[in-house]
Parts: sequence; structure tokens; C-alpha cells
Amino acid sequence: MAVKAFADLLERLVFTASRNGKLRHLERYFAETPDPDRGWALAALTDGFEKRVATPAVIRGLIEERADPVLFRLSYDYVGDLAETVSLMWPGPDEPARENAPLALSSVVETVQEARKKDVPDLLAGWLDRLDAGGRFALLKLLMGGLRVGVSARLAKTALAGYGQVDLDRIEELWFGLAPPYEDLFAWLDGRAGPPAVDDRLMFRPMMLANPLEETELDGLDPADFAAEWKWDGIRVQLAASEGAAKLFSRTGDEIGGSFPEIVAGADFDAVLDGELLILRDDQVRPFNDLQQRLGRKTVSAKMLRDYPAHLRAYDMLFDGGEDLRALPLDARRARLAAFVARQNKSWLDLSPEVPFERWDELHGHRSDAREAGIEGLMLKRRDSAYLAGRPKGPWFKWKRDPLVADCVLMYAQRGHGKRSSFYSDYTFGVWRGEEIVPVGKAYFGFTDVELRQLDKYVRDHTVERYGPVRAVEFGLVLEVAFDSIHPSTRHKSGLAMRFPRVSRIRWDKPHEEADRIETLEALVEKPAADAAAG
Amino acid sequence: MTTDADPERWLQVTDGGLYCAPGDFYVDPHRGAERAVITHGHADHARWGNSHVLATEGTLAIMAARYGADAWKTKQTLAYGETVRIGPVAVSFAPAGHVLGSAQAVLEYKGARVVVSGDYKRRADPTCPSFEPVACDVFITEATFGLPVFRHPPDSEEIGKLLRSLETFPERTHLLGAYALGKAQRLLRLLRQAGYDRTIYLHGAMTALCELYEAHGVALGPLEPVSRRDKKSLAGEIVLCPPSALADKWSRSFKDPLSVMASGWMRVRQRARQRNVELPLILSDHADWDELIQTLADVGAPRVWVTHGREEALVHYARREGYDADALSLVGREDEEDD
Repeated sequence: MAVKAFADLLERLVFTASRNGKLRHLERYFAETPDPDRGWALAALTDGFEKRVATPAVIRGLIEERADPVLFRLSYDYVGDLAETVSLMWPGPDEPARENAPLALSSVVETVQEARKKDVPDLLAGWLDRLDAGGRFALLKLLMGGLRVGVSARLAKTALAGYGQVDLDRIEELWFGLAPPYEDLFAWLDGRAGPPAVDDRLMFRPMMLANPLEETELDGLDPADFAAEWKWDGIRVQLAASEGAAKLFSRTGDEIGGSFPEIVAGADFDAVLDGELLILRDDQVRPFNDLQQRLGRKTVSAKMLRDYPAHLRAYDMLFDGGEDLRALPLDARRARLAAFVARQNKSWLDLSPEVPFERWDELHGHRSDAREAGIEGLMLKRRDSAYLAGRPKGPWFKWKRDPLVADCVLMYAQRGHGKRSSFYSDYTFGVWRGEEIVPVGKAYFGFTDVELRQLDKYVRDHTVERYGPVRAVEFGLVLEVAFDSIHPSTRHKSGLAMRFPRVSRIRWDKPHEEADRIETLEALVEKPAADAAAG
Repeated sequence: MTTDADPERWLQVTDGGLYCAPGDFYVDPHRGAERAVITHGHADHARWGNSHVLATEGTLAIMAARYGADAWKTKQTLAYGETVRIGPVAVSFAPAGHVLGSAQAVLEYKGARVVVSGDYKRRADPTCPSFEPVACDVFITEATFGLPVFRHPPDSEEIGKLLRSLETFPERTHLLGAYALGKAQRLLRLLRQAGYDRTIYLHGAMTALCELYEAHGVALGPLEPVSRRDKKSLAGEIVLCPPSALADKWSRSFKDPLSVMASGWMRVRQRARQRNVELPLILSDHADWDELIQTLADVGAPRVWVTHGREEALVHYARREGYDADALSLVGREDEEDD
């Protein structure tokens, strides 16, 4: 049990690609691990334990006291990761010490929270001596603050819901009122107690999502029943504010307010809003690429705030003051939202306007014109729809503009995971630049199972080089790739990155010499356009 | 000391492999030789096309199974502990604990003794007798896992991971990738020792060597060729296959297969990731770092020659400990990816 059990869990999660597999491992861990260890593990997985105790310098210092420097250097060169090298070569018996009381995760976490900085190396060494290689690795990664096991907070909560046989929305509703090691939560999930009592003012409320529109569906729908809005190309967020505090949540309920301090600090009201987070500069919606500069940042510099100012374009209101509006019809909620936005008069907050229309064919025109920056298409929402969690079928539709397409040459293929682990299913493709082909993107869906088999065979038959799980293929096959937009990127050799690329057709017929050229793609890069919502 | 008795004078690295001049024979030659002493049956040690082969009974059986009529023109069996003379050189075998039939070749000439250990490990293996240290003047050791990061955990822990996975995913077929000679049979024995008594299914490449082990008294429990079964019907079962089959089209006919790989390389995450395996097991028939350095101490030879693997680290360690150590570059050894 203890740190060892947590280490085993991490190892399984790292190597398990499928979502269901990860859930199974998590549920089993929660079932078999006592409090408070499972609560601290949950905190570590959901990023609730952020204290970064061990630095690379501390760890290097510890191993240098214990290992021959040449052997350490050779080992580090081979393994490539400091925490892993140290955990593997740490001297002492490789079997965990047979102790009466194995090292508990909770005792590690509780001790480091109290510890003085200068005591950390000795504490760490003492623990490393008591653990096996897997345990040492988990401990180091935990205390260095970088678990990276491919588990989102949402997935961990989904596992909790499965473990306790409760609704995921219930856990989401409670989550932000809870604190590690979550003993009250587990008591409820185990059926030993009622749901924990929490302060619900700054909680994430599960969002209402839209279904993609099939155009044939329009015939059966009355335009008078629907409101249309632009579908903005930012990220969907929920802003919850109360009594001088505020939180900003992503669509999955992850808190992202730290990356957007101007919004959180400016929300000095009492409301829960639903809207699109955008970068807006000089009244222009900037391309999604600009928003990406801000996403995931732990600290935001003044220059970032100036160059990429964040903006909330609101389209729904869940709470006004303490009042829950979710059961009201959309039109009523919108009226409350419009009045609220006008009253607040904040530079970073505005209302996503309705797109007026009377007949569906007018919207067709709007939708195909919508290739300006910041717009992905249209949203259609029933005027009488209540705000329901999840993705109910019928009230809300998203109607994306047609994708862009380009004919690209298959360059590399990589084996997939899980059911696809014997298939070369992830494809890197490129276009011509002068006499060479430069990569512009990577896609791993869009094709049928039959096509996957054909592509896999093609890759195996045309391999020219292998690098681990990756094969370079002889240039010859053209893939028609569909993508939502294309942006400048410094990470790719071509200087371009596609958004949401997928294989739309395999052009067995097309000679690769006739694939697209880089200039064609460069012309598709969006320029920031005048704000379609302004005025 | 450069007398005739000095092993550097009578045992040389040549293009054909390690050559013993006074006896005019090779140990594990890289290409067919007139006279060969073979330490064990893995293909990079036991090649086809030698004229006269001296080996243990187990190794000869493996070679015959693999190469048939190409295995040799004439053969000679030498049991552990027995000695033969090849010209002026006395040759004997001591167990190496690597796979069935594996031996260290002990060569004596003019009072000097060299042990060519071949591949070896030190932990108990239920399919072959354990390595026996032999006192000598020169000890030639492998260094496949010659870095201190390679320390194989106890076998029982790794087998436990597999059994636990079968419990967690009873609906998935567990494809267990392992080297067909040695590793596969050891895994079978370890699974039986851990109480797993269900039928284990075999990829076609596994059957011949499993039968050979059984014929040598290594009981492997109920086995069945997987080709006889509907592959979709094997939920929750173990199918033993060569590592290459995990990435092969063959694996996709199983229902939601879970790939397991047993290899010493699985110790390093990046290596395990490159193989795309979902459950890596750290299990090897080669000595890990601790076993390598323990063996230098147990054998106690003043001179150590290190071959195939990460020679640099082990040579560095041995020199620091006062041995007269050198790397011995033998060509033709594979980077034993699957061990």
C-alpha cells in the first residue's frame, strides 16, 4: 500500500492509453486504498497538491553524494530523465524494505507541508531509502511537481463517480467546495455518510452543450423557434463570481483563472456567466493562435496582458445574484444577461449578439461568409430552452462552416494505442516548398476502419526508415486533409500549424507531385478582421 | 607478463569471433567455423554452419531444433563439470543460469584459466541450473545491462503485475511478448509457481521450444496452440508470443488485446514506450548491474574482459575496484532488443 500503491497506479496510468482502462485502474485504486492516502493521491492527480518541494538541484546533490560521477553521467545519458535516473540507480536494496508500516503517502505530504526548506534533502533521502524504484520515481515526480500521467481532473472525477456509483455532475457541483484529503467525499462515496456540505458560491456548474447540425434537420424546424448566434473561435468558459471572489472554469470544469487574472480580478459582481473567452485587441477578435499564448500559463507577464488582452463574450447567464436562472427559457435568460452586461459596463465583457434571420437560407449565406477571424460558424438555440447539463438532443445545435482542405503528402506514420497499437494510424503529412516537402500537420482520424487497414498496409509496404514506433514512408501517397483553420507556428518547420486536421479523403489516384504547395496554405492564414460583433 | 601462458597470447578476438589458437577452435563463432565451442542456444551465439560443435546436451538439442541438418557435421556432448582436451587446451563447462543448456566455457592452457561466461544471470531460474562461479585468471563477462540503472526487481513482483492485470481486465486477451527461447519457458514456469493453472495459448513460433523444454523435464502446465482457437474467444486468457508479434497484424484479430512485454529493457520508461506496450514487465535472462558486480567479486579473477553491451560503465567500475579490466569488442552480437 502507501507510496508503493500510488506508484503502481501512476505506472499503470502512464502506459494505459485508453480512457476506460485508466478509469478501471483509478477505481480499483480508490477501492483498495485507505484514507487519507487515496485523498492525497486524488489531490496529486487533480493538481490540488501543487507544492514544489524538490528541485533538480536538490536531487542532483543527493545522487552525487551517493554514486560514482562517471556512472551517474553514463546512466543519465542513457535514461534522459533526472528523476527516473535517480530512482533507478539509487543505492540500496531494490526490494522495498520489509517494514511493519510502509511509507504512507499521507505522511509524506503532511511532512513536506510542515518542513523547512533546509530539511528537505534529508527527508527526501530518508524516504528514497525506504522505497523501491517505482516508489522512488513516484515520490520524486510528486515532489518535483510534474506527474504528467495523462489524467485530467475530469477523468479522475469520472472515476470517483464510477467508484461511488453517483452522478458525475454531483461531484462536479461539490468539487470546488472540497479540500484534500477529501475524507468527507470518500465517506459519501462509500455510503457511510451523506454528501459533504460545501460552500456552493464559486462552484462549477456543468455546462449545456450543443449537437452538430445535419442540414437536412432544418426542414423540420421552424425558424421562429430559434435564435442564432455566431459560434466564436475561442474557448468556452464559465465565470463564477461572488462576494469579491471569482473563478474561471474551462468546459470540463478545470479552473483556468490563473492564466487570465484580468478577468478574475475584474469580476466584482455576483453572477455565473457562460461565454467565449477570446483575445480582443483594438476591437478585433484575434486568431485562436493568440489565445493559445495565454492558455496554461501559471504566471502572466505585463507584456502578455498588453499583447493578448483576454475578453469574455457572454451568451448565457446561469445565476444572477443568488438567483438560479437555469430553469428559465433562453430568451428570458438573455434579457437578464443583456441588462447585466449593460449595467456592468466593463471593457473586457460584452454580449454575443443575436444574428437576425427569418428564413434558414439567410443563415446559409451568413455561415459561408463566416470565414473571418474569430468565427467558426453559427449556433442555433431554441428560444424556450432551459439550461440543462450535458448534451441534450434537440435544443441547441452548432453549425460549423465548411472546413478548408489541402492535398498533402504522407511523410511519417506512427503506431497508435490500445486497439490501434498494431496499426500505423497517426499520420504526419506535408506540402511542397520549392523542391522539398515540409510537414504541416498530423492527423489520426477521419478515415474508416477499412481505410485504416489500407493505410497501414501502405505504410508497411513503403517504409524507408524506422525511428522507434515511427516510420518514414516513401513520398507517394496524397491525403486530402480537412482543417478548421491554419495559423503561423514556430514549432513546425513549415511555419504553419493546422487546427483540428483530419483525413477527409485518401487520394490514391493523385500523383504526389501535384500535392499542394506551401504558398497555397500560407494564403489561408487568417488575418485579424474587424470585429463582427462590434456595434 | 607476456609469456605463452598469458591468455592475451592464446585467446584472441578475430573477425570470426573469439579464437583459441593452441586448440584451433572458436567460442561462439560469428560465422561457421571448423571447430566451435558453443555456450548456449541463442542465435547470436549458436550459429549454423559449424563443422564440429562441442556443447551441452541442452544446447545441442536447441541447435538441432533450430537448424536441423545445418546445425553441424559432427557434434560432441559435454556435461557440466566434465573436461575434454582440444589439443593442448582443457575445456569444461559450468552452468551459466541463462537458459536451458547454457554454460560458461572454462579454458585452461599452460596453467592459466579463462572463463568465457557467455550470457548469464544470477537469480534462480526454474528452467535451468544456477550460475556457478569458477575461479580463474581472466573472466570474460557480458554487460548487456551494464549500467547501474538496470536492476531487475524480484520475478514474483513482475508476475504479480500480470496476474493483477488479468483481474482488472478480465475481458481482454493478454498478449505476452517474450523471447521464444528461455524467456518464454521461464515465464510459464513462474506463472505456474504463482498458482496460475489455466491453459496458456502459444503463438506458432513458441511451440517447438516449449516442447523441447518439456522433453528436458521442465513442466510447463497446460498449453495449447492459439491457432486452434477462435481468437475472439480468448477474453481474459494469456497468449504467449514473440515480441515482434505484438506490433504485428497478427495481434489485431484478438478482442481488445492488452500488450505485455517481458524484458530487462522495460526498466527504462522511454524504452517501454517505444515498444507501445501497455504492461511492461522487467524480467531478463541477463545479469542486472548488481549481479554483474557481485559476479566479479564472486569469481575473483584479477583480469576482467567486458563484452557486448554497455562495456564502458562496467570497465570503469571494475578498474575503480582494482581489477585489470578492458573492453573486448566482439562483433556480431545483436543489440538484444528483446531481452
